[in-house]
Amino acid sequence: MTQTITIDPVTRIEGHSKITIKLDDDGQVDVARLHITQFRGFEKFTEGRPYQEMPSLTARTCGICPISHLLASAKACDDLMAVAIPAAAAMLRRVINFGQLIQSHALSFFHLSSPDLLLGMDSDPANRHILGVAAKFPELARDGIWLRKFGQQMIERLSSKRIHPAWIVPGGVASPLSEAVRDQILAELPQALAIARKTLDWFKPVIGNFQAEIDSFANFPSMFLGLVGPDGAIEHYDGHLRVVDAQRKIVVDKIEARDYATYIGEAVEPDSYLKSPYFKPVGYPAGLYRVGPLARLNVCERMGTPLAEQELADFRALQPEGAVLSSFHFHYARLVEIVYALERVAELLASPEILSRDVRATAGPNRREGVGISEAPRGTLIHNYRIDADGLIIWANLIIATGHNNLAMNQGITQVAKRFVDGKQLAEGALNRVEAVIRCYDPCLSCSTHALGEMPLRIELFDASGALIDTCERG
Amino acid sequence: MPKIITLKIAGTEIKADEGSTILDVARTNDIFIPTLCSFKGLSNVGACRLCMVEVRGVPRLLPACATTIVEGMDVTVDSPKVGKYRKMIVELLLAERNHICAACVSNGHCELQALAQRLGVHHTRYPYRYPRLKVDASHVRFNYDPNRCVLCTRCMRACEEVEGARTWNVMGRGINSVMVTDLHQPWGESPSCTSCSKCVHVCPTGALSEKGCAVGEMVPRENVFTYLKSMRYSGR
Ligand code: SF4
Ligand code: SF4
Ligand code: FES
Repeated sequence: MTQTITIDPVTRIEGHSKITIKLDDDGQVDVARLHITQFRGFEKFTEGRPYQEMPSLTARTCGICPISHLLASAKACDDLMAVAIPAAAAMLRRVINFGQLIQSHALSFFHLSSPDLLLGMDSDPANRHILGVAAKFPELARDGIWLRKFGQQMIERLSSKRIHPAWIVPGGVASPLSEAVRDQILAELPQALAIARKTLDWFKPVIGNFQAEIDSFANFPSMFLGLVGPDGAIEHYDGHLRVVDAQRKIVVDKIEARDYATYIGEAVEPDSYLKSPYFKPVGYPAGLYRVGPLARLNVCERMGTPLAEQELADFRALQPEGAVLSSFHFHYARLVEIVYALERVAELLASPEILSRDVRATAGPNRREGVGISEAPRGTLIHNYRIDADGLIIWANLIIATGHNNLAMNQGITQVAKRFVDGKQLAEGALNRVEAVIRCYDPCLSCSTHALGEMPLRIELFDASGALIDTCERG
Repeated sequence: MPKIITLKIAGTEIKADEGSTILDVARTNDIFIPTLCSFKGLSNVGACRLCMVEVRGVPRLLPACATTIVEGMDVTVDSPKVGKYRKMIVELLLAERNHICAACVSNGHCELQALAQRLGVHHTRYPYRYPRLKVDASHVRFNYDPNRCVLCTRCMRACEEVEGARTWNVMGRGINSVMVTDLHQPWGESPSCTSCSKCVHVCPTGALSEKGCAVGEMVPRENVFTYLKSMRYSGR
């Protein structure tokens, strides 16, 4: 008879997750699973709507990274209109995408993960949050808050609205960039870059302290998926998809957005509302791959900016042969990406062309199907729409980053649960590690960004006869 | 010279031309009365009932847009009673169709949304009906989304009274009423529509819009009507 431990979030916010850990007859962890109850039905809901509404409609699927949905959606709409958007519009979309990446990575690293990293996985949960960090490491906490605000303000300044801006539109962006806004962002860039470098300089030497986590945090060979530019450099807005294996050898390259479905299949599992994408040529479930910051650093050949290039070299030194495999290194990858984003924003804003007034292409629906792909902070985001002759949506498919990582997250929690969870007892620190694995992927669940950076949990332990023998609750 | 009438609106003594409506006088004197179906330059139908006011000595509420002033009238524009009804009407309008402002072309420029804000409607007490109404995007220049229509018939009156085309009509009765073009054929195939865009620019909500607008970009061009309106008044 098998036993099941359930880690269940206390319902504060709707639409979140639950972790079940199944024990085998010997009371040892057999398999662990994350159940996510969001997203299904959304695609259906958009049927019959004019395609121009899709950016704003889909941005509503996620309150955490609306910019990413706006971008993938607007790109799918550009494709439906069959237009090439003006160069300045593409540059501005890149800048706002980096703004989103910086704020999201800062949130993930400083607000959500630094408590575990700085205070320790087994530290008192009552203080294991950003305020606890602020008490002990005031400078780091201040830096994190400042950096996140910088990213948020970039978005706000560009679109004059922080959440769900309607600035990114089919065909380009709604309004050009003013010199004043450009100068405001440029003025703050040096401080942002200084913080990012300082954090990396602090983080790199202490990575070794987490060897147990590095070894067990979803540390397994897998493929990686991400966008790369025409020259194989890291890419967040355009380019083509590349898949590499655990040795970092290219499996497939130059996948055009429109051909994604040839390579990515989507399996539906009965106990989760999140689809499980897999790499079709390998099949399901063996075609497991990962997306996100770690994947992007693994798929690319170079960063293309001086400081980030050096950081990539250091990062690669973690695993000189092949890809960096431990999901623990998502944290490191995020810091490298912040440096890269800041360098690229500086480059983009320095170009006079970015101030062009020509920022929008107009056209009606010229194609019946469109695909838009961009890299969200958490990984590859795919929007695929089909429309009728009048431009009304007849079918839509969205693959979100958390979906791509679904199979990998399950494998990751199983791995860490096997090592840290003892079926006989519920040690808080052990369960915190299970949760910390999920946090590496930074899944876009409402509860994963809960105010104090701690997922509200309820854990129940049942014995073989189904009787409740232990509970553990927090949040 | 029209006769001058003296009346009281919201406690203020006012003199106005005979034949004016309570709404005309209130507007000239900067007194706010919410409206939705009324549009300056078009006939009044008194359909939305948002402009209901209390008139001393009259037991029932009267629509300000369709009630002409009389000597010595004492009008209350904002009592708890009218406030209650107005709120209820806006809530019912929102619950009747599908209003998702965040994804709407008229977000930020919508009269219904502005009224809801002004009247403090942040939720509705009535269950949403979630009708599944088909968007008509067959016209080359315009979209018609019945999911956002409040059946004010401003489009129909603009089309008939100003443009002279009478493309728009009301089909069905009561809660099942919907605006249709001609004999309920796709707008793009309408034999009567001249594509003048007047209906689009008098529509108070995001039901009628110019194609190609992204969210919040449908801004009604009110000045299109200014000239026509003044022509109309001078000829009255
Ligand atoms: S028509 Fe007005 S109230 Fe309705 S969704 Fe659009 S903005 Fe909101
Ligand atoms: S389409 Fe617009 S103008 Fe016409 S009845 Fe509906 S809300 Fe009024
Ligand atoms: S404005 Fe008077 S009834 Fe509509």
